[in-house]
Amino acid sequence: MCKDCGCSITTNKHQHEHTHVDEQGREYNHVHDHEHDEGKNVHESGHHHHDHDDSHKHQEAHAHLHDNPQLNDAKTIAVITKILDKNDHEARHNRAHFDEHGVLCINLMSSPGSGKTTLLEHMADLAPFKFGVVEGDLETSRDADRLHVKGIQAHQIQTGSACHLDAFMVHKALHHMDMEAMDVCFVENVGNLVCPASYDVGSHLNIVLVSIPEGNDKIEKYPVMFRQADLVLITKTDLLPYFDYDIEHEKIMARKLKPNVDILELNIKEEASIMRVIEWIEFKRKMRG
Amino acid sequence: MHEYSVVQALLTQCEEHAMANKAKKITKVVVKIGVMSGIEPYLLETAFNTFKETTVCDGGEFIMNIQPLTIECQECKTVSELEKIQYCCPKCESIDVKVIDGEEMFLMSLEMV
Repeated sequence: MCKDCGCSITTNKHQHEHTHVDEQGREYNHVHDHEHDEGKNVHESGHHHHDHDDSHKHQEAHAHLHDNPQLNDAKTIAVITKILDKNDHEARHNRAHFDEHGVLCINLMSSPGSGKTTLLEHMADLAPFKFGVVEGDLETSRDADRLHVKGIQAHQIQTGSACHLDAFMVHKALHHMDMEAMDVCFVENVGNLVCPASYDVGSHLNIVLVSIPEGNDKIEKYPVMFRQADLVLITKTDLLPYFDYDIEHEKIMARKLKPNVDILELNIKEEASIMRVIEWIEFKRKMRG
Repeated sequence: MHEYSVVQALLTQCEEHAMANKAKKITKVVVKIGVMSGIEPYLLETAFNTFKETTVCDGGEFIMNIQPLTIECQECKTVSELEKIQYCCPKCESIDVKVIDGEEMFLMSLEMV
């Protein structure tokens, strides 16, 4: 018996279209599409129309179908894919693009105001490598403008209301960048310690900055972000005398989340501390051959 | 608040699966959310229920399974589900651990008609 309409024929394709009225008096239309056996009862048009008064048996079959959801063709399929699968795919594509050009890509993440742009400005005068920057902010091109003044190649992405950069946005920005003119490409993410952590943008390494004035507990409060870090930069250390900030405690916390994470302290007024960041990047660059 | 972006990606996947399976409706969406995936389940559910209306998932049920952080110790080979977010083996205290689950978001299954 055809499981769709209760007819005794089973293979040749046909459709039924008819109206049901449920207990509440609501009407709804159905189309059933299925196949019936060869030879007899072939519907030349591929479908036929009938109403319920014609076939009591048919109506019964439908009543049964609607009472029993298992017969209503519901099926469960196992999928098991990462929800951000498409982003991850694009991120791998970006990474391959960086690899082709021998460019090391570093994603810079932190709260707003912890010193990402300032660090980049200062590195311009000191770094032995050439670098470009993909800038992400909700509004304005101010950060890219600041970097242009220092002669750094930078392209600004204005995300509007998006709280993070994703691999697609970075990909678009890369079309505006001259990859041949750089050894390192920084992605300066939107200032936010939450959302950017979930999105791979195609970087090889992540640097997460956290500044002294933000307070003692940021690493514990935002574990997903600090788990992503290859280097934690504790910035504005020149302000340590003015805050109750236990820097050693923060380092312990960072290593509870990621035992092998590198941690550097940065005082932007001290060239030596900027140089340590540059050396870390240069070392990682050399290690990629 | 990147839950909206995540839901958009999820709904796109649902539309694709519905089309591939010639389904008219998706009646149930089951996801697995790792505690360290960076997603707030409550906000994800709210976002899903807000944005599903114009999609194949309209009226569909949303089931979230929260996945604790699960690690395998590389020294004593113990697999542990962690209550505290510390990447350290609770048995032998080694920090040489491999994350098995709890850091990702997965679409697990779909029920469709």
